[in-house]
Amino acid sequence: MSENLLDLRKLKKYYPIKGGVFRSHVGDVRAVDDVDLKIHKGECLGLVGESGCGKTTLGKTILRLHNATSGRIYFKQTEDEVERIEGLLESESPADRKEASRLLKDVDLTAMNGADLRKQRGKIQIVFQDPSNSLNPRMLIKNIIAEPLLIQKLATAKEVDFRVDELLKTVGLSGNHMRRYPHEFSGGQRQRIAIARALATKPEFILMDEPTSALDVSVQAQILNLLKQLQKDFSLTYLFVTHHLLVVKYITDRIAVMYLGRIVEVAKTADLFAHSLHPYTKALLSAIPIPDPTTKTEKIILTGDVPNPSNPPAGCRFHPRCSYAKDICKQVEPQLMDAGEGHTVACHRWKEI
Amino acid sequence: MEKLIETINLYTDFHTFEGTVKALNGVDIFVRKGETYGLVGESGCGKSVTVRSILRIVQSPGRIRDGKILLYFSEENKEKSIDILTRPETYMESVRGSDISMIFQEASSSLNPVFSIGEQVGESIFFHRLPEILEAAIDQLKAEVSKVGNPLTRTWKSFSLRMLEKELSANVAYDKTVAEIDERLYLVESLASDAQEKAQLISVRNSTRKSMPLVNLVRKIPFLRRYRKILDTIVTGRVVDLLTELGVSNPTAMVKRYPHELSGGMQQRIVIAIALACHPRLLIADEPTSNLDVTIQAQILELIKELKKTKISSVLFITHDLGVVAEVCDRVSVMYAGDVAETALVRELFAKPLHPYTKGLLNSVPKVVQEGQLNTIPGIVPNLIHPPSGCRFHPRCPFVMDQCKVEKPAYIEIESDHYVACHLYAAKGETK
Amino acid sequence: MNELDSAAAVIEDKEGLVNPGTPSTHPGISEFAFAIKRLLRNPLTIIGLAIILFFVTLSVLAPVIAPPPKPDDPYQMPHTGWRTTPSPPSAEHIFGTLPQQYDIFYGIIWGSRSAFRIGITVVFANLLIGIILGSLAGYFGGLIDEIILRIADIFYSIPFLVMAMALVVALGPGLKSIIIVLIILNWPTYTRVIRSEILIVRDLDFVQAAKASGASHLRILVKHIMPNCIFSVIIVASMHIGTTVLTAAALSFLGLGSTTGYADWGQMVSTCRNWIVGPPEQRLAYWYVVFIPGFTIALFVLGWNLLGDAVRDVFDPKMRRR
Repeated sequence: MSENLLDLRKLKKYYPIKGGVFRSHVGDVRAVDDVDLKIHKGECLGLVGESGCGKTTLGKTILRLHNATSGRIYFKQTEDEVERIEGLLESESPADRKEASRLLKDVDLTAMNGADLRKQRGKIQIVFQDPSNSLNPRMLIKNIIAEPLLIQKLATAKEVDFRVDELLKTVGLSGNHMRRYPHEFSGGQRQRIAIARALATKPEFILMDEPTSALDVSVQAQILNLLKQLQKDFSLTYLFVTHHLLVVKYITDRIAVMYLGRIVEVAKTADLFAHSLHPYTKALLSAIPIPDPTTKTEKIILTGDVPNPSNPPAGCRFHPRCSYAKDICKQVEPQLMDAGEGHTVACHRWKEI
Repeated sequence: MEKLIETINLYTDFHTFEGTVKALNGVDIFVRKGETYGLVGESGCGKSVTVRSILRIVQSPGRIRDGKILLYFSEENKEKSIDILTRPETYMESVRGSDISMIFQEASSSLNPVFSIGEQVGESIFFHRLPEILEAAIDQLKAEVSKVGNPLTRTWKSFSLRMLEKELSANVAYDKTVAEIDERLYLVESLASDAQEKAQLISVRNSTRKSMPLVNLVRKIPFLRRYRKILDTIVTGRVVDLLTELGVSNPTAMVKRYPHELSGGMQQRIVIAIALACHPRLLIADEPTSNLDVTIQAQILELIKELKKTKISSVLFITHDLGVVAEVCDRVSVMYAGDVAETALVRELFAKPLHPYTKGLLNSVPKVVQEGQLNTIPGIVPNLIHPPSGCRFHPRCPFVMDQCKVEKPAYIEIESDHYVACHLYAAKGETK
Repeated sequence: MNELDSAAAVIEDKEGLVNPGTPSTHPGISEFAFAIKRLLRNPLTIIGLAIILFFVTLSVLAPVIAPPPKPDDPYQMPHTGWRTTPSPPSAEHIFGTLPQQYDIFYGIIWGSRSAFRIGITVVFANLLIGIILGSLAGYFGGLIDEIILRIADIFYSIPFLVMAMALVVALGPGLKSIIIVLIILNWPTYTRVIRSEILIVRDLDFVQAAKASGASHLRILVKHIMPNCIFSVIIVASMHIGTTVLTAAALSFLGLGSTTGYADWGQMVSTCRNWIVGPPEQRLAYWYVVFIPGFTIALFVLGWNLLGDAVRDVFDPKMRRR
């Protein structure tokens, strides 16, 4: 079994809703609600779902751009070690739990702070969706890319120029672009600069938050090819968050599908497209417009809209829109069950459908 | 099938601080009656500018420089076309919303947050179909007046009836006058005579107003003007019918709601309802589903396909998503940097793309069955202030020849109903 | 064509850039140049600029135009006599004199220096306080935000004149007191403006990216947030200089400002309170004591207002054609 770079356990991110005269806590927007996810080293894991499902929040929580409400993010730990600590956390004795907290400070990204966290930040980076917003418009390209290097103290002022030049070449731009400003570049090139900045600290993990959604179709292809190449060259691990299913099919090894803050299905990419098991995944896949006029797919049209994440339906969150829903679906929330060959699904009736 | 609208050699420029953006470089497109016509291209290629030019709503500093935009709206004479670039603005006002409607990308910014759904959908009915509504109101009032016993109510209803009749006759007279002016304009144009007479006709048309002084006065008096409430009721009834047809659940409650209470998909439905309120001949959809989730997009596309069968006759669908084109459109044009590169039936285009840009585009889109790497088109979309000489695609074209750098390729019909603008095919086919 | 090559191929400078061949300029500078061009097209701006330049010249050349009789205390207006009735303009006193024969001309010239002193000091101090407090409130949010905003609210709710009078009593009369009073009056406004700009910039992706690289709060504030939101405050500040001077004049007129004889426009009008309306036969006998300083104040404020208006019109993002 391949090593896990990141192991998310019971991760939650709630946004409190304040209401009433005294602005007391009346509820939560449950953006990420009890997520367990393993990201293997060297893979490209896709995270798909529609707007409001929490995929972007999940990604940013891993990066500690949002602080998790509860849960653990284990970084570079063996599965045995993770299981041990989880066991300690759930045990009855307070001494065990104290021991667990002590251990967590070194291995859990949600528990780290200050200098420890800063050190780890060099290893996990992010590429944002909108290239016009992700680069400071008043900074030179050179400074934009050099900043992570300087913050992480990975290069001296003299070495910086050389390193930036190197990075620009890696992403397909030239060294003379260093002394220019972001507004002089096209969308695709700005995204390349953003990728160069993410690579600066030689990270092990990069969160790709819809990196091609704001780009034109032909540029998208260039960037996707570049990302694939970089993953191979630098042994990177990607979490590729997107809502575009054909893109995710092209670039990912495994896919996790999110709905309303929970993961509903995880499988290898080919498996997911060939035989998806969760009704939501089936509907999602059938809704993709295929760029081929000769194929006519039977579309599963979901009724209604995505429910409110502050008040999710009882039981299985998808049951109001699911054509296979039965009584148990309305009462008991399904957990992720193993369906063989690394394919897990959270549905009571997956065997029958 | 006959043509419904057509643009011939359309040139539109934007005069910005940095220079003149030559957004459209001689665009020829046409939409046939009853078809769904797709306009595909990447950002900056000019598809939005083209449709805005057709509706003459190009935002300043943009201006239509040259070309013709022909509407074939006449029922009797299929050949009769009106070049709307020569028509006055009041003529365009009667066309927009009534004959040609448009829906935009962001549904939430298309809806006014301070008006209820009923008011917004009803607005275009009020503007374009007022005579019909007035007639319906008059009929209803006539029936009521004869039945009612109470003299006070009878007086009020008679008064309302009188006012509405006056308004109706003013409207009818106005429509007649304007139609006559339009006829005269058409004759003047086709005979290519007197420019002065034409200018005079245009100014007369612009200044014609409905003459209903008493009605206008009464409408300003606070209590008396309530006689128009019956019009609101009738229009609301029509709105409810329309919403039911569009598959909105509980339309009577929906009419009183406000846009912020609705989800994205529902807002887009309402926007479509507004566009269809007056049964337009052509619906222009400018990337209506680009911002929506894939499942909601599927709902909206299904809706449009359903409506094609019953309510709308022709659709002009703009998108950058080739999957949507394959699903929804019958015929499609591919635009690049202000030029039309290729036009064909959808199956034909996907099976046998001719223009190098079309080929590159089809190859760079990830498909369900993907073999190997995605092929990319190197380079970036050109700057339209200083566009490339000759064929605007030549810097990125793998088949570039010397001629391409110098001469803009002509838009030729290579095979039946398959047009290309490329020097590779210039030898074959006759000029369109 | 090898796809890998096309993906990673080095894009030549020519094709690569959106505006090839043009020298690279900081977006701030090119915006600035564009703004200056637009500014200079507006005739009102030229008038405003001219007025301000006029006053600047007066201030700079003050020792030359109106040589101070006491070089170490130039702000003390000279007086050639003790008669309490003001004298009309004459050869000796070009603009006439105030009660106690203070020379109005001298007061106007040196008063322009005072005006600039007040305006610039107050605005500068307000900018400093506003930037510091506004950044803390906007960037950190939460409790710090609440505290700073509530304190600002408290300051807003104190009646201005009462506060002014109390402070002058405590600090003693003089220009310094006015300056302090005005700083205290205005700092909440600046704080709020900066805070709202920061709230917008704080959530932009490039700030998040800096955070993801481990940048410290100070670094983010100084390098990323400040340069992108300083603009709007500059606009508020530039319009504010004029109104500050006007308020200072009002305070001086009420007697809360500088002492008698100090070269300050408001103060000059203050000493003439009893001579604003003349004797019944000649109501306008002493027009010059009110009109000349008053007109100067009005001109000064007008100049700044025109310039501030034009600056705002040009820098307002919605009005720009970009």
